[in-house]
Order: sequence, then C-alpha cells, then structure tokens
Amino acid sequence: MTMTPVTVARSDRATDVLAIEDLGVRLGGRDILADVRFTIGAGEFVGLIGSNGAGKTTLLRVILGLAAPTTGTVSICGERRAARKGLVGYVPQKIQLDPDMPVRARDLVGLGLDGHKFGLPLPSRGRRQQVDEMLRAVGAARFADERVGNLSGGEQQRVMIAHALISSPRLLLLDEPLANLDISSAQEIIALLARVSSQRGVSVLISAHEMNPLLPVMDRIVYLAGGRAASGTTTEVVRSEVLSGLYGHHVDVIRVHGRVLVVAGTGDGLDIPAEAGAVGGAVGEAMAADHPPSLGEQVGHGRSLGHGSPDDGQPGDQA
Amino acid sequence: MTSLLHLLFAPGFLASPPVRLALLTGGVAAFVSGAVGAFTVLRGQSYAGHALADLSVTGGSGSYLIGISPLLGFAGTGVLAAGVMDMIGIRRPRGRDLATGIVRGAGLGLAALFLFWDTTHTNTSGVAVTILFGSMFTISPAVIPLVVGCGLVALAIVAVLYRPLLLSSVSADLAAARGIPVRAVGLLCLIAIALAVSLSALTIGTILSTALLVGPAATALRITDRPGRATVTAALLGVAVTWLGIVLAYDSFTWPPRHDGWPVSFFVVALILVGYLLAQLVGRRRPVRRVES
Repeated sequence: MTMTPVTVARSDRATDVLAIEDLGVRLGGRDILADVRFTIGAGEFVGLIGSNGAGKTTLLRVILGLAAPTTGTVSICGERRAARKGLVGYVPQKIQLDPDMPVRARDLVGLGLDGHKFGLPLPSRGRRQQVDEMLRAVGAARFADERVGNLSGGEQQRVMIAHALISSPRLLLLDEPLANLDISSAQEIIALLARVSSQRGVSVLISAHEMNPLLPVMDRIVYLAGGRAASGTTTEVVRSEVLSGLYGHHVDVIRVHGRVLVVAGTGDGLDIPAEAGAVGGAVGEAMAADHPPSLGEQVGHGRSLGHGSPDDGQPGDQA
Repeated sequence: MTSLLHLLFAPGFLASPPVRLALLTGGVAAFVSGAVGAFTVLRGQSYAGHALADLSVTGGSGSYLIGISPLLGFAGTGVLAAGVMDMIGIRRPRGRDLATGIVRGAGLGLAALFLFWDTTHTNTSGVAVTILFGSMFTISPAVIPLVVGCGLVALAIVAVLYRPLLLSSVSADLAAARGIPVRAVGLLCLIAIALAVSLSALTIGTILSTALLVGPAATALRITDRPGRATVTAALLGVAVTWLGIVLAYDSFTWPPRHDGWPVSFFVVALILVGYLLAQLVGRRRPVRRVES
C-alpha cells in the first residue's frame, strides 16, 4: 500500500520558497499527515487539493508555525521559522467578521503592515499611501472605508488578501478562500491571485476541496488524501494510479470538457460522481456502512432528503 | 443665563470637597473603563468583564474585614481572577463561558460569606451597600494615588498592546500568524479589564461597574467606524455620563420624595442607557453601506 509520492525533480533548491521534507503530524494517536514532501519555487501558483478532513488546514498551520510537526521539516526561503519575519502571508479559513466591529477595510489592511507592533499607531502619509496602493491592487479601493463586517464574502476575501500581501511576503497561504463564494466571485478571486502572484513574484499555496476552478492558473498541484500527499503538475498527479495509491482503493479519473472528475468506489450503484478532489464514492460507502441497505439506497438517490452532511455539497465530509 | 446655570449646577456645587473628589475619581474611573471597555466589547468579553465585576465584590468585602482600601481588594481579586480564567481556558470560545462561569460562581460564594461577616461585624448593612452600589461622595482622599495608579496601568496596557489586541480581536489566527503571542496579549487585556472594573466598582459600585465598562463602549462602537476613535469616544462618553450623573445627584437633594438625594450610581447607569438608545436610533438611520465619495 505504500507509495512514493510523485515529486517533480527540481534542479535549483536554493530558489525554493517552501521546502517540506518527510513531514508527519500525529494528533491523538492518529496520523493526520504522513510522509508529506514537496517544494514550491519562486512565483509558483500551487493548489493544495483534498477533501474535507484530508489535512489541508493542518498542513497550512504547520507551514505557518502555528502547529508543530511530529516529524520532518518545513523551511521557508531556507529558514526554519519564518512566519515572524514576514516571509509568509496568511488568509485563514472563514473568519467571522462582526458588523458591529469598528474596523474598516483600510484598518485591517494597515494591521497587515504593523499589527504586530507595540504602541499606538501614528498616522503617516507613507503608511496611508501604502495601504491605498494595496487596496487598489486587490480592487478594494471602492469599499476601503466600509466596516469589514458589512462587506460581502468576495469583498472580505480581497481585504484579507491585501492584509496578507501588504508586508510583501514571499509565500502566500490561503485556506479555502473560495469555500463560501459564488462562482463568479470565486473566479474573480482566482484571477486576482494569479495576477498578484505573477506581478509581485509571490508564490501562492491555495487550499481547495475542488480543483477545477484552479486548473487554468495552477502551475502545480499538491493532492492530499489519506494523510499523504502527491505533488507535481496536474497531469502527473491527477491520474488513476496515483490517486488510487493515495486513497488506498481504486479511484477513477475522468477528464471531460477540460474538467477533471475524480470518482472513487467500486461502482455498486451508490457512487456519487463528485468534482475532483472530493471522493464522491466515499460518501456512498460511508453511508452504506452506517445505515441499513434500504436507507443507504435512499441516501444514494437523494441527498436532499437530509441524510447528507449538514453542509451539503461537500461530499467529502463523511469520508 | 445665570439662573439657567444655577438650575443645572446647584449653588455650591464646585466648592464642595466631596463633589470635587467625586468628579476626579469618577472621571478617572469612567475614562479608563470606557477605553478598556471598547476592547472588552470588541473582543466579545463582556461576560468576562461582568464576572470580574462580580468578583470584585469578593475582594471589596474581604478588604473591609482585614482593613485595607477596598480598591486594593477589588483590583487584587480581579487580577487574580483574570489569571485563573486564562488558566481554565478563556481563549476557546466554549471555554470562555465555562472559565468565566466557574470562577464567578466560586467568587460570589466567598463574597456572600465576607459580606455576612462584614454586616455582623459592623452591625450595619452600610458596607454591603457601599460595595454593591458605590460611594462616590464618600471616597477617602487617600485613595487618589491608587486610583490614578491603577488607571494608568490599565491605560498603558491598552496603549502598548493597541495593534496586537485589535488584530487578535479580528482573528486570533491572523495575529498568531504574525508572531503575536495571542495568549499573553489576551491575559494582559483581561488584567486591564479587571483594573478598569475595580475603579468603577469604587465609584458606582461593583454591581453597576459593568455598565460603565460596556455601556459607553457599546455606544461608541455604534457611532464610529474607526477603532481608535471608538476607544476615545467610549472614554469621553464615560466621563460625560459620570459627571452629568454627579451633577444630577447633587441637584437631587432638592428633589422629592424625601429631599435627601438620589444615588449617583442610578443617574450614571440611567444616562448610559439613554446614550445607548440614542446611538441606536442614529445608527439605524444611517445607511448600512456608504459609497466612497
């Protein structure tokens, strides 16, 4: 069952913005991540794909230094602990921003510049210009003086990206930034990220449970499943052999009209084809194991009946 | 004009030493409570602030038993409780209410015992009333240095930690990713809250001190969009309601039913409520979204 993660041979290690070697995270006696290794070069746009619970957030937190790995190393630009030095920008998973909070978009972006400093902030023209420029760069100038809690999901993401980018990091980590966005907002955010990545030479590692929206912009993919990772180009990684090895059972990869579908399971009628990343079949299997067969069939035919996960549309939840 | 002024400021108002002392200590307490309160509300720790106020009853009632200044009792138990609440786990959303509830319950139990002893010891219920509802007109001048000292420490914490506190209030993850020691910052903020509540407990009483912590701050957060302005506005609002409360209390010595004055704490809390309701009206009328001009 062991498999060697696919890694693209990289000639110049010195240019690696992120290098992860033999990384393992064990929590409560359970392997969350094992044997993870990949690198990200300067200016690369990398998608971190996996179903919910695959360990994406854990991996990002380890890279940030918010969680400690059990084994292995993480180095950023050759340094072991780099988050404090402003080398890494971070956009966390869905933050609850309260409309009652008197924090405007420009305040939050400004905190990206000097939020870690002590003492009262002194207003300065240079700081204001820097914040204005950043807000324009992410298309957030229009709502710069709004309370962040009053902004839409897409607008909040722009502000969060500006907050993360203003300290000129080498690596930008985004945890499921598309999760709560409608399709057009998601497309806008992806286009924005691709643009700032190439303009500023920032490497991007973006986690998502669905890879299709990212296909046009991704240089490489890191695919997480079963606590292990495979990395390479999309064509190298998203193949039946590779993903079957990660999941530990047969997985089909179907390419149709420029989209990729990953279908897991044995084809016993319960499989729900899911978009890439989420193992649809696993839903059927988990359900079939948990419920009597009749119920399982019901589940298979109509998840809208309420047997699915509470937040439907994220089939990997049950896996 | 003069008669109008006399209507508001009864003759002899500013000449009276107890009034001057009340204006000074009440003003300091209100300013500190307002400024610290802005962060209390922003961080969603109003319940913790409330518990710290309840716990200052324990310290205050204990201080009478051993004969030290009640402010020392208030502040001592407050800071101690802040530490215990941090240990139990105030950082986790669920742990927050749990930590607060456990510490609050234990403290109030002790307070019941101490207040009982206070009352039997002095044979009056005066101590209990003073601790619970404040004593702005009977404050001893000797306590002024301590009031100013506690106030300065609380303000210094908020000023020095202003940006890290703000960022960790928006998101603890964002702050931690920037290398901010989120837990230490949170504990120091809790200590600032404890000190602010102690000062207000001295002036308007332990029961009502949360009103001065949360009320002006909640009002300020409604009427301004900027964190810095909200903090200053809350502090100034606190001072305004306290001073106006003192004026009204002084005037009330001529009021019915018994012509012996209404308690100043009542006026302060009533004015806070009026201010908040007014801000609600103003806030509601404002458009939710403004387009940048």
